[in-house]
Amino acid sequence: MPVVLYRVDERLIHGQVVVGWGAVLHPTRIIVVDEELAASPWEQELYVMGLPAEIHTIFATVAEARARIEDWRASPERSILLTRDIATMLRLAEGHTLAGEEINIGGIHHAPGRHAVLPYVFLSPVETGELRRLAEQDVRVGARDLPASRRFSLEHLVGGRR
Amino acid sequence: MSERPVVRGLLVAHGTFAEGMADAVARIAGLEPGALSTLSNTGLSPEALAREIAAVLDDGPWIVFTDMPVGSCAFTARRLCHGRRDVAVVTGVNLPMLLDFVVNRSMPLRELTSRLVEKGHQAILCSPDAEKGTEDAGRAVPRG
Repeated sequence: MPVVLYRVDERLIHGQVVVGWGAVLHPTRIIVVDEELAASPWEQELYVMGLPAEIHTIFATVAEARARIEDWRASPERSILLTRDIATMLRLAEGHTLAGEEINIGGIHHAPGRHAVLPYVFLSPVETGELRRLAEQDVRVGARDLPASRRFSLEHLVGGRR
Repeated sequence: MSERPVVRGLLVAHGTFAEGMADAVARIAGLEPGALSTLSNTGLSPEALAREIAAVLDDGPWIVFTDMPVGSCAFTARRLCHGRRDVAVVTGVNLPMLLDFVVNRSMPLRELTSRLVEKGHQAILCSPDAEKGTEDAGRAVPRG
């Protein structure tokens, strides 16, 4: 089964992912691609506390993820792959690694230098550029916080500045 | 001999859950000023939520209650409180647990957290009894 969801979300493993998307996609594995977390076993423990027993986790660096992505896509596991920012997903997707996949922008919150695009998506000019470059890697890019929510297209995200 | 400080609570949750729970506690048991603070994670990045929690948590003892055992509230609280012996994080909060907290805040932190976890569990009942499949459910103490 291919990776059932690629998602950019600052919160990584959290309620919307585990409950909201989990109830629809029935994942058996959550893969977190994050340089900091991959090097921090104690923080990994904090993230997996309380996860349903049927879901196991992998924490990987971008390099590790790029080396293993084909195995993950071919695996019978139903995986959700998370990054906390667009830049990390872009590094994973470079070289058309994720060609044909949909990248879900699920949660990037307000911070200095970011402007509001959606209630749950705030983007800086740098991040807007990263989204465009992500789309050039032959992936579809859209924003949707939960499965039942409206999907917003890349055009809406990159042209959303008021 | 100095008097042991009473435990204070911080409830961190999604949406208006924390505010609503604190309101319910105040209506049922009353709330002393400063006994239970509340925070919502709505619109906050993990970093912003961590700053908000850190701004509340001065010297303990504190219990940080969160709604879900997994997720941004629980993770942020656990990460921030990692290594602090004067703070405990309790997840899956419910109203009976919070009511027990506000009337037992003078207990030592570790004893209190153990008690609250038990009280929280005890409050979850099903009628009719899901295991027995009978109508005599809803009993915290089974019949002998």
